[in-house]
Amino acid sequence: MSKKASADNVKSMSDALYQKLDQKLLLKIHEIMIRARVLEERLIKMSKGGEGFFWIGGPGEEAFNVALGLQVKKGRGTDYDFLHLHYRSSAIMLAMGAQPIDTIRQMRTAVTDPYSRGRNFVNHYAIPEWNVMPIAPTIETQYSTCIGTGIAQARTGGDGITIVNGGDAGTAEGDFHSCLVWSNRPALPLPNLIIVTNNGFGISTPAREQHGEEHISDWARAFKGMPFKTINGNDPVESWFAIQEAMKYVRTQRKPYLLETLTSRLNGHSSSSGANRVNEPDCITLFEEKLLKLEITTEDHIAKTWERCRKESDADYAQVKTEPFPEGDDIWNGVFADGLNDSYPKKGGS
Amino acid sequence: MANMAQAIRMALHYGEEKLGVKEIFGEDVGAPLGGVFTVTQGLKNAWNSPLDERGIVGAALGLAWAGFRPVAEIQFVDYIFNTIDLLKLCGNSLWCSGGKFPAPMVIMTPTGSGIHGSIYHSHSFDSIASKIHGMKVVCPSTPLDAYGLMISAIKDDNPVLYLKPKALLRAKGAELIPGEPADEKALKEMIDAPIGDRSKWKPRWPELEEFEIPLGQAKIAKEGTDATIITHGRMAPICLDVARNLRDEGRGDVEVIDLLTLIPYDWATITRSIRKTGRVIFINEETEISNFGEHLFRRVIDEMFYELAVRPRLLCGKAVPGIGLSPVLEYASVPQKSDVETAIQELLAEPA
Repeated sequence: MSKKASADNVKSMSDALYQKLDQKLLLKIHEIMIRARVLEERLIKMSKGGEGFFWIGGPGEEAFNVALGLQVKKGRGTDYDFLHLHYRSSAIMLAMGAQPIDTIRQMRTAVTDPYSRGRNFVNHYAIPEWNVMPIAPTIETQYSTCIGTGIAQARTGGDGITIVNGGDAGTAEGDFHSCLVWSNRPALPLPNLIIVTNNGFGISTPAREQHGEEHISDWARAFKGMPFKTINGNDPVESWFAIQEAMKYVRTQRKPYLLETLTSRLNGHSSSSGANRVNEPDCITLFEEKLLKLEITTEDHIAKTWERCRKESDADYAQVKTEPFPEGDDIWNGVFADGLNDSYPKKGGS
Repeated sequence: MANMAQAIRMALHYGEEKLGVKEIFGEDVGAPLGGVFTVTQGLKNAWNSPLDERGIVGAALGLAWAGFRPVAEIQFVDYIFNTIDLLKLCGNSLWCSGGKFPAPMVIMTPTGSGIHGSIYHSHSFDSIASKIHGMKVVCPSTPLDAYGLMISAIKDDNPVLYLKPKALLRAKGAELIPGEPADEKALKEMIDAPIGDRSKWKPRWPELEEFEIPLGQAKIAKEGTDATIITHGRMAPICLDVARNLRDEGRGDVEVIDLLTLIPYDWATITRSIRKTGRVIFINEETEISNFGEHLFRRVIDEMFYELAVRPRLLCGKAVPGIGLSPVLEYASVPQKSDVETAIQELLAEPA
């Protein structure tokens, strides 16, 4: 990142807005952002070192995602928020209280992986106790499944909402438009917070080559009265207040809101593109510069936070390396909820 | 006697009243139409969705994850193809989450030919459905079976694809549905919407009773000793008719097994029958090449080769891109009664 880019970004972060958030909360956000970054760096390292396979994750999205995760109404059932997420959501999960070690377990395909028992790619969460719906590698299908929990919450009332996020490239898929149409049905508007994380790329393809929309959030203009906003997702405080405003609208009005967040993508698409660090603004660096400028933290505190998170990650990693992989026979568990009968074909051929 | 559309409608009503079904939806599923085949007519929880199959399947899966037991309809199975990745999510939800996310839901859709529906209203989906592992697949051939299978599908904790043979939806059954009035005219007056203005119409539902057909259990539609037909859906009544005629004419005693559930299929009933007769033919209307019957055929060869008296057979649709509108083209594509008669006679005639 150039000095100029960094300075411009810091300037864009309004001091006044920062004064509105409690300093303890700012430091908490900062620490979770670091923990999420350290986790992703660990996962990348494991991928490159052959201690896991494909890596995909969210370095660069920590500012927005931590601000989101901390504001989720966490719990099980329609009274709480449902989350239909994509695979760049580790910081949301950590902000909600997930332990980094469990994501490392998934990276290593250990049987102790609580999200998929070693079956799915890393950062593919599934937590029924927190209404975190299964994350699928099929980009954008979450914009279709979120319709269902939105309907459930429209029927049951309360203030629980459905939150869905996905990438900019995937908004070209029909599921995104299904979500907008179904969320805005006059017969039953849905309490859906529809988030698009716009990092400017679909794998290697720049969004500017494929999307003529000025902002993806402009799609909301087609629906009368639907609020929308495009924000700087590299700023956790701007993100915090934008999410707060959007959540308040959806919780109280029981209608959808479209929120586009502009973020960096610091390690490319995935391990398939090398997962190497690229020259884009780093939301953590920017945040730290701001916290230092406002004298909310110190260089020493920042250094110690990074060090502590790295030590925790080292310990997590060491623990996971002792844990077993699944047994081959585990493939038969979970085909059907009621198990398999004796005559189900299991030989894999003749 | 109720027809199959009425039977499914009554099962859905039972589901609303007794099994907690609160969401029944799809294109034209709600008032005033109640489904293009009237399967959802008069149901209090039936509503119209956007014309969006992906949204319908996605909504059903989200509702299932939220603890509801939705029943969604794809208007014709021909239009389900653009939802395959979502159906796959339905089927793999439990497995991918390490057992944490069951998806209790029913997707129902009319399937097959027989109504001169041309290229996009005549498809079968059996073998593709059978590849969506983790999803159960059922297909009734009588109104009573349709009623019992729907109740079981609603109660099941897995996603169930409920294939409705469209050519049979207007066919009346030979058995009363538990609670159904004996006078079919009375039933029609109670639950069929009038032609014209329906804005003030409300159904009067009979006092229906629970009746389940366990998923995974086939039906021996006709017992026999000389040969076995394994079939389902639209072909089942045709096969039964042929088998009865052969018996009445003294030309063979053929056992007819109606699968009812394609996945997980009732292998025990299949093998028991083949072991008895030594002769088997699989009959369905979907196309050849990776036909669902071909899987059963292969398994019979693998596991029962030395118990067969003659080579097994398959009678199914022709492997062409579509079913033509002209009756000549449709009859040339899909097995007809005469094809069934010929195939069974050949099966019976081959020396052991």
